[in-house]
Amino acid sequence: MIEVRHLHKSFGRLTALDDLSVRLDAGRAVSLIGPNGSGKTTFLKCLLGLVVPDGGEICFNHQPVRNGWEYRRHIGYMPQIGRYPDHLTIRQVFDMVKDLRKARPADLDEELLDAFGLPALFDKTMRSLSGGTRQKVSACLAFLFDPAVLILDEPTAGLDPVAAERLKAKIQREKGRGKLILLTSHILSDLDELTTDVMYLQDGKLQFFQPVEWLKQRTGEEKLGRAIARLMSGEPLSSPQSDPTALHFTPVGEHQLTTYDF
Amino acid sequence: MPKVIKYVWLDILQNKIILAYTLFLLGVSLSLFGMESNPAKGLLGLLNVVLMVVPLISLVFTTIHFYNSYEFIELLLAQPIPRTRLLLSEFAGVASSLVTALLVGVGVPVAVFGAGFTGLALVGAGVLLTVVFVAMAFLASVLTRDKSRGIGVALLLWFYFALLYDGLVLGILFGFSDYPLEKAMLGLTTLNPVDLARIFILLQMDVSALMGYTGALYQEFFGSALGSAYALGVMLLWAMVPTWAAVRVFRKKDL
Repeated sequence: MIEVRHLHKSFGRLTALDDLSVRLDAGRAVSLIGPNGSGKTTFLKCLLGLVVPDGGEICFNHQPVRNGWEYRRHIGYMPQIGRYPDHLTIRQVFDMVKDLRKARPADLDEELLDAFGLPALFDKTMRSLSGGTRQKVSACLAFLFDPAVLILDEPTAGLDPVAAERLKAKIQREKGRGKLILLTSHILSDLDELTTDVMYLQDGKLQFFQPVEWLKQRTGEEKLGRAIARLMSGEPLSSPQSDPTALHFTPVGEHQLTTYDF
Repeated sequence: MPKVIKYVWLDILQNKIILAYTLFLLGVSLSLFGMESNPAKGLLGLLNVVLMVVPLISLVFTTIHFYNSYEFIELLLAQPIPRTRLLLSEFAGVASSLVTALLVGVGVPVAVFGAGFTGLALVGAGVLLTVVFVAMAFLASVLTRDKSRGIGVALLLWFYFALLYDGLVLGILFGFSDYPLEKAMLGLTTLNPVDLARIFILLQMDVSALMGYTGALYQEFFGSALGSAYALGVMLLWAMVPTWAAVRVFRKKDL
């Protein structure tokens, strides 16, 4: 569905994305994982055309998107920090985006709106909303037009537990309907339930892109978080450990040094 | 495109600055026309207000508006809308609301007090100046990421075109006073939209006799149909070139 080839982006001296190539298929839920500043958000913004890449190519349904905009019709985007015009009400924001997308009422997916109870707040201005409610608005806008691709940057951050669970259930359902879902999160347990593939970025480079089952099998771990930690620490894979919890966050060399000191 | 303009208008109407600007212009126009029995004298006073205030307000308002709509622009660019259309809609929305303020605040009093063709020239020049300086402010805004720096650049542009440039021209005039500079002056005028507007209006007022030999040359040139067309063309270039440059920069800008 989305093919990225040799994507490159730098901000001044800082290289945000370095020769990144990846293919993302429909029906998958891909987690972007990596340390802060590893280029996750930049990658998502490149897909949306909000950040213009320095080099490389992004293809959407086999069409290069360079300077294009039509393809964004098929993308729903939930930003990390949703920023909206201060004095517009929630209703005006929704009406505006619906109007600009020329959406027919029959095609709208308003399930999340009701799940979050947003209609009760429709006449409040964006300025008066809490961070969590803004996140709810962002989530509803992303899902509203039933897009084929959902790009969710930290979707559960700032949401209360009830809303977070409802959002996760919604993501799960949309994945089942054959959509491509791209998400980042710092809460790995959230991703564990939702993800089918893991895309690991570090310093703008793609370290690996593998299905979750593969990762769990290779590391012998049940939890995604532990599997990732094991991979990051550079330990030998598939070697049974007597006490698996003790060693996850220490790279091999450091661990040996500790033993020596001990 | 009209849809985006609609939401730009909605946004501009929400803050009351445009209304305040309209009332300010209306107040100045009415008091100037009210004080003088001869509308031509009122017009001369109004000329200075238009030449100073219109560029300043256009630059500062556009710059602040652009930075305040950053969220709006971000939100819309994640939707299927081309960047060029978004920026041009922003431009059209801001320019049209400032032009409306000018037409109500200056145009209506000019029509009521019967200032005639000269008044019409004043309003027309004001409209063109608004569009020119809105275009420049857009260029300055897309080039600078920081709000305070953007406003700083806008103010510098105003200082340059409204105040500094005339000083530079005077300096050249004194420095080369031994040479015939009439033709050169004509060229220098076109390098500043404010001067171009001022001379164009002054010539409609029949005060060019006060400007000596250069004035006579101006009268001959701008008085002709060709000269008027030239003045209009140069003003349109002053509006179109910055807009075009702003669109080019904006298409590659990271948000």
